[in-house]
Amino acid sequence: MRHLLSTGDLSRDDAVLLLDTAEEMLSVAQRPIKKLPTLRGQTVVNLFFEDSTRTRISFEAAAKRLSADVINFAAKGSSVSKGESLKDTALTLQAMGADAVVIRHGASGAPARLARAGWIDSAILNAGDGSHEHPTQALLDAFTMRRHLAPSGDRSLEGRRVAIVGDVLHSRVARSNALLLATLGAEVTLVAPPTLMPYGVESWPVETSYDLDTVLAKSDAVMMLRVQTERMNAAFFPSAREYSRRYGLDSRRMAKLPEHAIVMHPGPMNRGMEITADVADSVRSVIVEQVTNGVAVRMAALYLLLSGARDAATTSPATTADLTEGQA
Amino acid sequence: MTAYVIRNASILGADVADVRIVDGVIAEIGTTLDTSDVEVIDADGLIALPGLVDLHTHLREPGREDAETVETGTRSAAAGGFTLVHAMANTDPVADTAGVVEQVWRLGREHGYCDVAPVGAVTVGLAGEKLAELGAMADSAARVRVFSDDGKCVSDAVLMRRALEYVKAFDGVIAQHAQEPRLTEGAQMNEGELSGVLGLTGWPAVAEEAIIARDVLLAEHVGSRLHVCHLSTRGSVEIVRWAKSRGIDVTAEVTPHHLLLTDELAATYDPIYKVNPPLRTADDVAALREALAEGVIDIVATDHAPHPSEDKDCEWAAAAFGMIGLETALSVVQHTMVDTGLLDWAGVADRMSARPAAIGRVASHGRPLAVGEPANIVLYDPSASRVVRPEDTVSMSRNTPYRGIELPGKVVATFLRGRPTVLDGTVVDEASVEEVSA
Repeated sequence: MRHLLSTGDLSRDDAVLLLDTAEEMLSVAQRPIKKLPTLRGQTVVNLFFEDSTRTRISFEAAAKRLSADVINFAAKGSSVSKGESLKDTALTLQAMGADAVVIRHGASGAPARLARAGWIDSAILNAGDGSHEHPTQALLDAFTMRRHLAPSGDRSLEGRRVAIVGDVLHSRVARSNALLLATLGAEVTLVAPPTLMPYGVESWPVETSYDLDTVLAKSDAVMMLRVQTERMNAAFFPSAREYSRRYGLDSRRMAKLPEHAIVMHPGPMNRGMEITADVADSVRSVIVEQVTNGVAVRMAALYLLLSGARDAATTSPATTADLTEGQA
Repeated sequence: MTAYVIRNASILGADVADVRIVDGVIAEIGTTLDTSDVEVIDADGLIALPGLVDLHTHLREPGREDAETVETGTRSAAAGGFTLVHAMANTDPVADTAGVVEQVWRLGREHGYCDVAPVGAVTVGLAGEKLAELGAMADSAARVRVFSDDGKCVSDAVLMRRALEYVKAFDGVIAQHAQEPRLTEGAQMNEGELSGVLGLTGWPAVAEEAIIARDVLLAEHVGSRLHVCHLSTRGSVEIVRWAKSRGIDVTAEVTPHHLLLTDELAATYDPIYKVNPPLRTADDVAALREALAEGVIDIVATDHAPHPSEDKDCEWAAAAFGMIGLETALSVVQHTMVDTGLLDWAGVADRMSARPAAIGRVASHGRPLAVGEPANIVLYDPSASRVVRPEDTVSMSRNTPYRGIELPGKVVATFLRGRPTVLDGTVVDEASVEEVSA
């Protein structure tokens, strides 16, 4: 694993290694001193062309807990807003010696361009590109599901049923989750009005449905996607009220879920649109926990990409002992 | 002017003969012609075709001389075997007045590498609101007969109807860039399985097909002539086939890149493959090849679209649409149509020379290789091959999608009215000097 661009690039072994490593990282986060020396002397650049406080902070915390030096490069207020190209920004970061670049960009494929165009040698982590993918979000979602739905034993999500509901068409979270969960053996059902279902979704490794109520009864986890109200103006659906009546999760609908099922949301939520406040704040909701797990998963991703010699396909998960060895 | 004898050329890929060129005209065709007092061009193993005619070239001048100029674009055309290119109107300023089209036409004549027939804009500023002065452009020294808002679709049905009607007065043709604008807002690539996975906004086939269907019906209704630019889908082929069977006066073109490349290339996110209309599926490619062989698609046109490197060396969404194609067109046609047995060389001459000249109503190009005809000739070596390297292009721009691909064939020589613009595979630079003094 040299870059993390798409969950579709991960083998099952890669994905399990990332999740297992994240478990170790989570235990670090629960210590009084939440810091490991592992990436000391390495530089991680957070290159954010879109506003995303939560993802940026999560990556920043992850890198700092691994003792990396962190540079936050927000496109607004930098030369990018004066028209510097992605290429020139990449050349600058290369010249500064960035070991990893965490990139959030509005254009689908921008991280893939960084990784392949020959502008920069750093490891590239996709922190969300257009409506393409958001791999660390999918990893933290899978991590959260595993803790709740497969807390012991082989910890496999094989056969677990996950509903992903909402604006699948524009959602990078849905794409990364669909690919990762299929790799992990879970059964994914995408639920959306037909206008918000991607063209060609028949070829994805998922089921699809236009009817949320029938899907809920057999779901182990339901993930609600943010719906931008501006989609309404583009005739994807008639009104916010109709959308939330047909595809929103309220307590009446939540009651159809099996007893053990969890409710997830990648945030930020539109309370009252795709999810009601009482559902978001209910005991089934693991939304806040997703945020906590995000730091652990991103620590695992940075660790596995930057600790070099470790080959994701063959190495066993890191232990806390491994991570701390060499500490002076 | 020097007289030439081309020795042992295979005329249209068939009989081997010598061709004598005197005073810009084919003076004699036969075997073992007398070669005293002439320059002899050895054409052993080479095919002689009539000079190629492109109905769809972007020369970028005036306005984007950082991408291409009339001079560099016509040099590129000559290197590709072309003797006439139609220069698209989406320059800056737009070629929507007699003044601009005459300027472009004159620049072509001055440089002398390849004739330039300017295309006039259909609407003022390509804005799709008001007809440009089509008659003035038709009556100008440039004698414009092809009108197009290429890059943009004349989407307003009434405006399209009026344009089709109006050009009947001077035997013009409307070359439509068929793209329903609302269905393609923000579109980045072919809408299909891959666009959904890549998260790139889709450009659905229906956005092209709906406009072509409307336009052929309009052309029938007003009894005018329609040309469809860069047709790219199987459905479009079916509509054009249907229209022709009804006797509607419609012609259509396909680009070399749509005959060879597919949307799978978008998975690289390398915008060298970003083009409008987008690369389509392998099934569409198969349909386009069959339709070109059948004659349902009349011609190959390059849509040569030069861009400076910074417009391609970026993320996909920020990149410009388009790819260069003049210097690779004949090779791609050989690879996709001749080497596959779909078309013989006489067919290539028809689709790349005779028919495009006929659609553009240019009488002096696209002529047969026969005594008394203007000596517009290309000598082509079909047994050569090369791996395409962007740095080798004669065009000012390097945005070729064939980088690293091995393509067959090589243009060895091009003659424009008896004067070589290319010899030994190299553009002849003193051409312009000779033209001015002639």
